[in-house]
Amino acid sequence: MGVAKYTKDELDRITDVRLQSGIHVKPVYGPGDLEQAGFSYEQDLGDPGQYPFTRGIHGLGYRSRAWTTRQYTGFGTPYETNERFKLMISHGQTGLNVAFDLPTQMGYDSDDPMAEGEVGRVGMAVDSLRDFEVAFEGIDLARIGSGLTINAVASIMLAMYQAVAEKYGYAPSVISATPQNDILKEMIGRGCWIFPVEPAIRLIGDTIEYSMNVLPRTNPVSICGYHIRESGATPAQEMACAILIGNAYIDNVLARGYDIDEFVGRFSFNLNVFGNIWEQVAKFRAGRKLWARNLKEKYGVKKESNMHLRGLFGGGGYGLTKAQPENNIMRGAYYALAAALSGAQTIALCSYDEAYTIPTPHSAIISLRTLQLLMDEIGLRDTVDPLAGSYFIETLTKEMEQKIEEEMGRIEKVGGIVHAVESGYVQRLVAAQAYEFEKGIQSGELLKVGVNIYTEGESKEVELHEYNGESAERQIGELNRVRRERHNREVAAALSELEKATKEGKNVMPFLVACCKAYATVGEMTAVFRGIFGEFDEPALF
Amino acid sequence: MGNSKEIKVLIAKPGLDGHDRGAKVVAHALKEAGMEVIYTGLHKTVDQIIRIAIQEDVDVIGLSIMSGAHLPIVEKLMKLVRQEGISDKMVIVGGVIPSRDIERLKALGVAGVFPGDTRFSEIAAFIAKEGR
Repeated sequence: MGVAKYTKDELDRITDVRLQSGIHVKPVYGPGDLEQAGFSYEQDLGDPGQYPFTRGIHGLGYRSRAWTTRQYTGFGTPYETNERFKLMISHGQTGLNVAFDLPTQMGYDSDDPMAEGEVGRVGMAVDSLRDFEVAFEGIDLARIGSGLTINAVASIMLAMYQAVAEKYGYAPSVISATPQNDILKEMIGRGCWIFPVEPAIRLIGDTIEYSMNVLPRTNPVSICGYHIRESGATPAQEMACAILIGNAYIDNVLARGYDIDEFVGRFSFNLNVFGNIWEQVAKFRAGRKLWARNLKEKYGVKKESNMHLRGLFGGGGYGLTKAQPENNIMRGAYYALAAALSGAQTIALCSYDEAYTIPTPHSAIISLRTLQLLMDEIGLRDTVDPLAGSYFIETLTKEMEQKIEEEMGRIEKVGGIVHAVESGYVQRLVAAQAYEFEKGIQSGELLKVGVNIYTEGESKEVELHEYNGESAERQIGELNRVRRERHNREVAAALSELEKATKEGKNVMPFLVACCKAYATVGEMTAVFRGIFGEFDEPALF
Repeated sequence: MGNSKEIKVLIAKPGLDGHDRGAKVVAHALKEAGMEVIYTGLHKTVDQIIRIAIQEDVDVIGLSIMSGAHLPIVEKLMKLVRQEGISDKMVIVGGVIPSRDIERLKALGVAGVFPGDTRFSEIAAFIAKEGR
């Protein structure tokens, strides 16, 4: 579960602390440690808002703007989801983070045999623009930004977001979407991939290129170390993979002849928080510095604000336990604290019941309140990068920087991240590590409260979200109505234009927007891509 | 259990759910416990899983389901198990399974249910005892 390993002597004194990334923590740190690490304020930190941004990307941090609260939300039909969106906004949530059901994420319509039993289960079902019209009804799309947690068909969902915004009278230039849109991480963990690596990256390149020209406030890609960590990566590997994956998408767009400063400023990140708090803080600070340095030195980015690692930090799903579920509320609070101490732009938390199923309104609001409490009551907005200058944190940040670079080097050595994902190298590495972590938990070598210490036997179950099977029927009914009411000739023409453009290597986005506006379904648009691209061939585990 | 041949286990990911950490760690654990383990990879239909189980002549079919769709998936799979006449193969389920569903899964014909937090030794011992 991603915790540090503690070695103790017979008197229960800690003799060694080994962080997940492999760094040993000393009992005491002092000025000598900084000196030994070659620490320099100007080079390693700089002021907040100054290159290399170790201390944060804004000069005044949370004084100028609190982090956005963005709980992952969506289930059943767009009607139920719209209601939940409004509930969260009425409780002070400042952004949306849309959860889609698995058929939508995999590009199947709700009545596809592949979708059976899954419609509306882990997120909202979306088949056509009609569903977005319902889901975003009454939401101010110029004020509220939306994370769209979808990857293989992120291009389709971004097009649909533009289509719904225009339908409701918002210009594409004012809306702010953050499609997750990171397929390489999806192939490492989370598993909602469809197309092979190369065309999948092309689609991401298309969304970046299109956003640059049409959707200037959109963050077309959210690079997710998050799920790589969930799959068994160490914090250093999580950050290393995220930086390399970011580079893979940059390379695709650069090959189209653009200047990097035109687009890279809109990249964002989604990174995980669980386990040892100091290791997380050091990871974010070192990661910000390495991303900025990577952009400046490797890619020659000129504009400093384009070098910002902007991110959603949080979640922490893997840290949560099924045993003693209420403990997850406290875990979430500490994860949020770590994220806020690390200068996150956005924070979202997994809710305490998510080791069982998707959250109830009650548990989702507890997560939101956790974030608001830190913001308004505990003092996390007082001053920027409050841990800066600590002998320990600065030494650890330096060490973490080295570890991340080592991990990047390891992947470069096997042929780079794209090859390492295509061949299954990263997947096998993190799965083997996941097994070792799990063994550590089961043997009690790694400590987990409620699981291998302070256990209570059988846990009582908490009140859980109930899946409503009728949602699927209602969704399929709506889908059939859309199919009846739309102009099928227009749909066929739009799909055939999409097919032609895809084959000719044109940017697919304008064609997807046209398909969405004609009420083509997600399944129909994805079928065009499936027919041309084929599917990813998952590498073997052993 | 007889020791004449190693137990052959198919670890399968039915449906569209892509969360495979659990499936992969259990595959590692059973392999280390001396079993022969085949992992299907993601996004398999129950028909595909049954076909692989027959082709590979496995003793045990282990389903890993994190999406909450365990009841409909298992119902469909057990029906096929009966149709294909392979009820000699033991079916077990792991994943995000609320306690209230364990009995329902067993009523559908599942031999053992192992929710998250189950120890590897427990799964391996169960398979070694019941798996052939």
